[in-house]
Formats: sequence, structure tokens, C-alpha cells
Amino acid sequence: MDSGVRAPTRRQLLSAIAKVGGTAALYQAMTTLGHAAETQFHGPPNLQGARPGASVIVLGAGLAGMLAAYELRKAGYKVQILEFQNRPGGRNWSLRGGDTYTELGGATQKVAFSPGNYLNPGPWRIPHHHRTLLHYCKAFGVALEPFIQFNHSGWIHSSQAFGGKPVRFNAAAADFEGNIAELLAKSVNAKALDDTVTAEDRDKLLEAMKGWGLLDNNYKYSPSLKASSHRGYERPPGGGVNGAPIPSKDLYSLHDVLDPQVWTAMGFFMNHEMQTTMFQPVGGMDMIGKGFAKQVEGLITYNAKVGKIAQDDKGVTVSWTDTVTGKAVDSKADWCVCTIPLSVLGQMDLQVTDEMMAAIKAVPYSGQVKIGLEMKRRFWEEDDYIYGGHSFTDQEIALISYPNNNMFKDGPAVLLGAFARELGAYRLAGMTPEQRIEVALAQGSVIHPESYRKEFLSGASVAWSRVPWSLGCCARWNEDTRKQHYQTLVGMDRRIVLAGEHASYVGCWMEGALLSSIDAITRLHKRALEA
Amino acid sequence: MRKIVLTAALVAAFPAMAQTPASGGGDTGGGIVRAAKPVTGEQVYTQVCQACHMADAKGGVGAGTIPALASNPKLAGAAYPIMVVTSGKGAMPGFVGTLSNAQMAEAITYVRTHFGNAYAKPVTEADVAKMAKPAGAGGH
Repeated sequence: MDSGVRAPTRRQLLSAIAKVGGTAALYQAMTTLGHAAETQFHGPPNLQGARPGASVIVLGAGLAGMLAAYELRKAGYKVQILEFQNRPGGRNWSLRGGDTYTELGGATQKVAFSPGNYLNPGPWRIPHHHRTLLHYCKAFGVALEPFIQFNHSGWIHSSQAFGGKPVRFNAAAADFEGNIAELLAKSVNAKALDDTVTAEDRDKLLEAMKGWGLLDNNYKYSPSLKASSHRGYERPPGGGVNGAPIPSKDLYSLHDVLDPQVWTAMGFFMNHEMQTTMFQPVGGMDMIGKGFAKQVEGLITYNAKVGKIAQDDKGVTVSWTDTVTGKAVDSKADWCVCTIPLSVLGQMDLQVTDEMMAAIKAVPYSGQVKIGLEMKRRFWEEDDYIYGGHSFTDQEIALISYPNNNMFKDGPAVLLGAFARELGAYRLAGMTPEQRIEVALAQGSVIHPESYRKEFLSGASVAWSRVPWSLGCCARWNEDTRKQHYQTLVGMDRRIVLAGEHASYVGCWMEGALLSSIDAITRLHKRALEA
Repeated sequence: MRKIVLTAALVAAFPAMAQTPASGGGDTGGGIVRAAKPVTGEQVYTQVCQACHMADAKGGVGAGTIPALASNPKLAGAAYPIMVVTSGKGAMPGFVGTLSNAQMAEAITYVRTHFGNAYAKPVTEADVAKMAKPAGAGGH
């Protein structure tokens, strides 16, 4: 070093800050230095030294519950998990050929997918900054593969633009940017921005619009090889005699590209949780639930329907019924981690404060609908050159999402034929499973008219509002309910603490369930040691 | 499905298609969805309420219960169903902001006069308006 004084390395600096100011100061410093701003995960909790004989009962064998059980057992607690279903994972779930699913109301579907194919009714993609989930996937040996989130070749369909015909994402996005750039350049050149932009920045802005929006020398967005380099060609570059490319001529009009389907699709990929890189487990989402379950083997009692959670100074008593034998059981423990969805928990007999009960009952649940369709062949790959990713539509199905694995393979593949939400989801959920498949085929055929019905083999659907063990997909907080109830909900109610995506600000994600679980058991352990 | 006939007044009051952008929180499909807007009580019931309460309005029982609306004495007074539909209850979201007051009134009237319920007095848009608090701002 030329000054002769050794500057500390970043690592030395950070460890010094941590020593003086603790982890909060470290986190603050790391954020300032441009690190770690993407997650609140700072490593597994490493709880130790439970009092001899101390016990915890965990309600729910979803990810939050299984993580709590895993970490608390490691800390020395005696742990038992009660689970309503006959499998671990909760909303972390995959449906495969041979599976049977009965929704509320009694409609039963027998899934007929080919071996290896699946539908992930709940979570299906993992952001790269969901560090907690990624940490435990690695620790528990769950193999992940890329989830093709952003595919420029997917279709965008709006019933009110482009004559109702689907258009390619790259063409619509390029024409949106080109048209907007042309307008902005026009404003600059008409001196409309002279009051707000300095002369120097005006020049830079014009240059940017020309480069970003692919404008010509007259600042017009026009058919050109330049524009085609983003949106695609009439004749793409090739070899030999006809190797010269021909630009595409029919650019989409400003009117068409201003349809909200275009910019909402573009903006979608800017969302922090939708940014690439994303992942999925190899072999189906439930590989994560199974990976967690292996770590808590022997702790889970299945088919246990909890009816009452009581507590006093000495401990917690959970009253439950074995749904197979009908036997009523009381289980006791010193402490309870309850991960039962609020939609179900709010209907139970709970010995908690009035404020906690009000918080539990204050949060409604969303009711998304997913539909998996098995097709005889990968026509989206073979005919449309779409390998993974999504097509967007303003019909109720909202999207078609293409499988991210086994590309180029012959034989049947399952695509996601609907990820409906809000009113679209209500409408699909209210139908019979057969009617849902029919709607998914009709609406999907708008995107893939030649192949969709012709190649269809079988389908399966999950309407979350009718899922018997959750009565919904995810907790839906708003600013008012957060303010009124969130801190109560996550606070310890004497010997009971709640965990799950509903007890987090990463709602509807597995990451939220895990972060909530770590926070809950850390506080529980502290309380248990103080008691 | 029955064809939806919109009166001129309704067209003026509400666009025929409800545009739903992706909400702020959680994993979502992206883009916008334009769902056909139900108008009559039967249409609102079929396209919205039925998602949980079932086509026969008998609800369902799993780990928790979706209450039956069929033959339900709690529907005798209009105030209770209006409160539940506008503000929500437990897992059920309030529908202010998702449905218009007219749609909620039609649906409540429909349920109170069908499925073994016979409470003839219609619930009006004005009745709903009196109890409909604005929806809380979204987020997650």
C-alpha cells in the first residue's frame, strides 16, 4: 500500500463493528456497504441449552412447524408435532399421477399425469434472495434447479389490444419502449422540458432515448434493423444467399402498447420477488416438505384434528381427535408453537387473550386457483420456441406457465394452465373441476389455438378457497390490520407463539413462514430460559 | 351461462369488465385480468360466493368450517349478512372495493330468498352503502 498504513479489509472492518455494536450495527454497516439488504436471514438460530425435560408441542407440519421442531429439538427440547393431513409439507405440495384430491364440497379428482409430471398447487418458484429457504434446502439436501422466470418469447394477450391476438413479449415491450422514447424525445426537442432538465441532461436524455428506445437519427421509432434487434425480424439473420436480415415492418401502435397488459407484464419482472434468478426443487415443490420431514422423522402425528388449545401457569394442553380412529386425545407440553393457518385457527377454542383472538380473526385469506394441464407434446417448445417462463392473458386464467425442466423431451408434459386470482379465482373456484378444465382449455386456446385442445390429455385443479385444511391460500394483511393486530399476533401469548407466513411481512412465501418460525422459536427459547 | 344484460345505467356506473392488477403482496400471476362483471344476485352468487359457500350454499367442513348459507336463520335480519359481506369475517374477505354496493345488495337478496331462506324484503344498494366502510389499503 502506498500510504504505508494498512487499510482494514472489509471483513476486518465488519467484524470490528459487530464486536462494538452487535449484530444490528453489523447489519446496518453491511447494508451501507452494499451488502445484505435483500434478506433478514442471518443464519440458523443456533439455540442451545434448553432446560432438562422442557417440552414443546408444534401444531402443523408445514415448513414453519417442521423448522421449529428441528431447531428446538436441536436445542434440547422434547418436541411433538400434530398435523391434520396425512402428509408433511402443508401448502408446500405437489400433485402427481395416481394422487387423489378431495376439495371442500366433496368434488374428488384423480390425477392422471404421466410419471415424473406434477402440478405445484401452492408455492412453485423461489427468489434468489429468499436466503432462509435456500439455506435449509442446501442443509437438508434438497436439489434445486433454475425456474425460467423471464422469457422474452412468451405471449402477451389482451382482449382489448392488438385485435385480441396474442403478441410476443419482446415485440410488445420493444414497441412500448420505442413509442415512449419517441414521445419523450419529441418533448425535449419541442423544448417542453427546458424548465425541468438542464441543457447538458437534455442532450444525455436524447442520447438515452435513441439508444434505449432504438430510435432513428430523426428520433423516430420506425421499422429498422435496430428496432428488430429487440422486437424480432421479418426474416432473421441467416447464412448464405439469403443471409441478410429483413426488419419487421408492422410495429405495434402507441394505442396498442399502452394497453395495461403490456406495461404490467414488463413491470412484473421488476418486482423484487419476481426478479431472476429464481429456483424450483428438482422433481416437484414437495421435495422441500419431504426434505424437512426427514429431519423431524418420528416427531409428527398425522391425521390429528386440533379442536382446543388451553394453557395455564404450568403448560399447554392441546385437545385433538384422530380423524382415522375418532379417538380423542389431550397432549401436554410446556410450550406451544402454533402454525395453523389463521383461517382455521380462528374457529378453534383457544385460551388466549381477547386481543390475540381478535388478531387471529382479523386477517382474511386469498383464494387463488391453479390448474395443471398435461399435453401430449411440448408444442410451446416445438412450435413457438418457448422454453419455460410465462404467457400473460387478461382472461381469468391470468397466465400459462411452461415447464422449466425436461426441455426438448418427447412425451407428455404438464403446463400451468391457470394462476387465477381475485374475481377470476372466485369464478373458477365456484366451478366443478371439470368445468374449470374446460375454461382453462377455452382460454388457453386463445394463446395456442392450433394445439391446446388437440394435445390435451388430462388436468387437475386446486381452488384454494376450497382446500379443506387451510380454507384459503394466504393471509391478506392491509395497512389497517397490520397497525391494529400484527404485533399482537406475533407476540407470545403466555406459553403459545404463532408462526407461519401469516406472522411475517413476506406473506404468501415459504421464506415468510421460515423467518417467522425462527423469530418465534428464538423468543420462545429466551422466555423458556427466563421462566 | 346466461348472457349478461347490462342496462345503460349500469354501464355508466360500472365498466363491464373489472380490471384486477396484481396485488401488492405474495406470489402472483402478474399482468391484469379483466373478469366479466356479474350483475344479478344469481350471477354474483355463482361467480363469487360459490367459490367457498358451494353451489348448494351448504358450505363445507375440513380442518375448519365454511358456514352453510342454506336455511340459515342468521340471515333473517339484513344487517348481519350486510356486515359480513362488506367487512368480512375470519378467513372471508370484505368485498368493499371488490364488488359494488349494488352487486353486494343483489347477492344478499338472492341468498336470503333462495336455498331454503325466505326473507322476502330486498336488501338495497342504500342499505349496503350505510354499512360499507372503505377497504383498507393493500399491502402484505
